[in-house]
Amino acid sequence: MSKQFQFKLVLLGESAVGKSSLVLRFVKDQFDDYRESTIGAAFLTQTVTLEDQTTVKFEIWDTAGQERYKSLAPMYYRNANCAVVVYDITQTTSLEKARTWIRELQRQADPSIVIALCGNKSDLSARRQVTQEEAKKYAEEEGLMWGETSAKSGEGVSDIFTAIAKKLPQTAAPPKAGGAARSGAAASRAGVDLNKQSNALGGQNEPCNC
Amino acid sequence: MDEEYDVIVLGTGLTECILSGLLSVEGKKVLHMDRNDYYGGDSASLNLTQLYRKFRPDQSPPAELGRDRDYAVDLIPKFIIASGELTKILVHTDVTRYLEFKQIAGSFVYRDGRISKVPSTEMEAVKSPLMGLFEKRRAKKFFEFLQNWKDDDPVTHQGVDLDKNSMKEVYEKFGLEPGTQDFIGHAMALYLDDDYITKPARNAYERIVLYTSSMARYGKSPYIYPLYGLGELPQSFARLSAIYGGTYMLDKKIDEIVTDGEGKFIGVRSGDETVKAKQVIGDPSYFGAGKTADGGKLRVVEDGKVVRAICLLKHPIPGTDDSDSVQIIIPQNQVNRRNDIYIAMVSSTHNVCAKDVYVAIVSTIVETQHPEQEIAPGLQLLGPIYDKFVSTTPLYTPVGSGEADNIFITRSYDATSHFETVVEEVQDVWKRVVGKDLVLKKREVAVEA
Ligand SMILES: Cc1cc2nc3c(=O)[nH]c(=O)nc-3n(C[C@H](O)[C@H](O)[C@H](O)COP(=O)(O)OP(=O)(O)OC[C@H]3O[C@@H](n4cnc5c(N)ncnc54)[C@H](O)[C@@H]3O)c2cc1C
Ligand SMILES: Nc1nc2c(ncn2[C@@H]2O[C@H](COP(=O)(O)OP(=O)(O)OP(=O)(O)O)[C@@H](O)[C@H]2O)c(=O)[nH]1
Ligand SMILES: [Mg+2]
Repeated sequence: MSKQFQFKLVLLGESAVGKSSLVLRFVKDQFDDYRESTIGAAFLTQTVTLEDQTTVKFEIWDTAGQERYKSLAPMYYRNANCAVVVYDITQTTSLEKARTWIRELQRQADPSIVIALCGNKSDLSARRQVTQEEAKKYAEEEGLMWGETSAKSGEGVSDIFTAIAKKLPQTAAPPKAGGAARSGAAASRAGVDLNKQSNALGGQNEPCNC
Repeated sequence: MDEEYDVIVLGTGLTECILSGLLSVEGKKVLHMDRNDYYGGDSASLNLTQLYRKFRPDQSPPAELGRDRDYAVDLIPKFIIASGELTKILVHTDVTRYLEFKQIAGSFVYRDGRISKVPSTEMEAVKSPLMGLFEKRRAKKFFEFLQNWKDDDPVTHQGVDLDKNSMKEVYEKFGLEPGTQDFIGHAMALYLDDDYITKPARNAYERIVLYTSSMARYGKSPYIYPLYGLGELPQSFARLSAIYGGTYMLDKKIDEIVTDGEGKFIGVRSGDETVKAKQVIGDPSYFGAGKTADGGKLRVVEDGKVVRAICLLKHPIPGTDDSDSVQIIIPQNQVNRRNDIYIAMVSSTHNVCAKDVYVAIVSTIVETQHPEQEIAPGLQLLGPIYDKFVSTTPLYTPVGSGEADNIFITRSYDATSHFETVVEEVQDVWKRVVGKDLVLKKREVAVEA
């Protein structure tokens, strides 16, 4: 039997650096030149199979506009096993923004979180403002993974997610059906499942049939 | 900020976040703002630093309480009724995927100086000291009557008309003692006072059925509770709103509700920027609560006060079998009051505090000039209290319905122990804002690759 792991991955970064595009490329292998922020998906999932046949399922949380005015909820970071902090290689300011997100993660998130710094839009290298050396040096100093991607061409996208999958400690519990992956939570007794049909008597309070 | 919105929502309390989420799902363009840098407003859960900053600005939390981030202390004590309306909204909107719930381990009731568990199994009921043998038989008949009731089958009515006969008459029909009536009306129907007794029995019937079906759902108590505290609830609905295109701005000072010559809503001013929208929804604190008038216009009035004491304990509550979470109800008659005293306790099982710490909130509706003395019977049940944060909060209610000026103000969180009234409020505001009843539609299931 091959092993299966599930991890929560959060995306962070300035607006328009290509966070949603990266997920779309990774999850559906698509790209859209004129895309609006993701609408209607609580989170996306994608599975990576490693060489030893271990499968790693990512539950990917996109910021859905809550980061625009720095209004992410603690719930967003909670129990995140890994974070991909994205900048746009054609915008120096977006790397500055990435640095503030990384500081925020180091302050708020679980200390064991795996952080990857990702320079997106590598297809636009003619307009490059952020050099590879600069970003790589910063990543090394902070102990982050680093890579460049192009959501447009697909270059580097699966590499960065696979690299994260390899780095994650493969000791976490197997995936739980429904609900977010809770790694560190020392659940002494099981929670309740609201979606389960109620066994209420009498039939007055019919569970909603959804 | 030069875009124009359909709705601006002010404050990220639970009521506002549910509305914001549902409005975004409906396709409205929503801007949601809060003056605080955290989600939840009055229904937030605070970490230790935030808790001390709020109640004791000049003192930092003692180190022995443990790590700041282990804490999520609720400001309002409420539990979710397992088969209640909030559960339905949680399931329909699919926000359950952001949340994890656990049961509250037990529900207790105070009677003649001691607390007893509200029975959740037949075994417990048979052993329960709450009633004598003969009274138990009478009670059994009463519960069977309620359970068998069918509106369209007069045989099950036993001569009672739930819409005409008062609850008093129903109690008398089954010969139930005053103590049993207290137990049923307060610990099961969850009435805060005795006004219900003289009213038609229908509402009490519905509440008892809700209680028993919720009890039957998971087994230990009729309540469930989200891991990491109640503050997770507004956050999860805020995320729903954001996913459907809602924009969030926390830590934003709101300086003025801008209106036209006729008093109709135009926009919201923050500093020298004004954002426009067709409608505004917000909690009372954004509309002059606590001040006499907002730009000459009175928009909210005070409608009573609630006193709440957040107590940190180093032990479970005595007499509760070391339960990790409980509700204790002290019916008003038992302590010569008009309103019940409630205790809600949660602990590290729910990821709201460090291990071996227990957070109990004692609350009641204020009846005198000395609110803290009023909750003394509740505080006495807790054993030694490590630290205590007491506050008296006014409850505000809007003066207008909002239909005339497009300003829709929500009510403060009341003293009930659950969220049923919050959902009623959501439905009520929705109807006024959207112009039709709230119908929960099934959401598209998220893409699974
Ligand atoms: C204090 C108390 C004493 C009871 N004494 C007896 C007894 O002596 N013999 C007996 O057969 N049954 C007794 N019952 C009821 C019994 O526990 C069952 O609730 C009843 O048999 C119906 O079973 P059910 O599975 O349909 O539960 P439900 O009808 O779903 O009952 C669930 C809840 O209803 C409440 N409840 C139900 N019946 C009573 C009752 N008679 N009095 C107060 N609350 C009630 C309890 O909170 C219980 O947890 C008692 C219940 C309580 C609370
Ligand atoms: N050329 C190029 N354009 C890209 C790439 N990735 C994203 N884009 C474009 O950049 C724009 C923004 O991309 P999004 O994916 O919406 O960015 P985002 O970070 O999710 O933005 P917010 O949701 O506003 O935070 C879109 O027009 C994309 O088509 C890329 O790798 N190369
Ligand atoms: Mg996006």
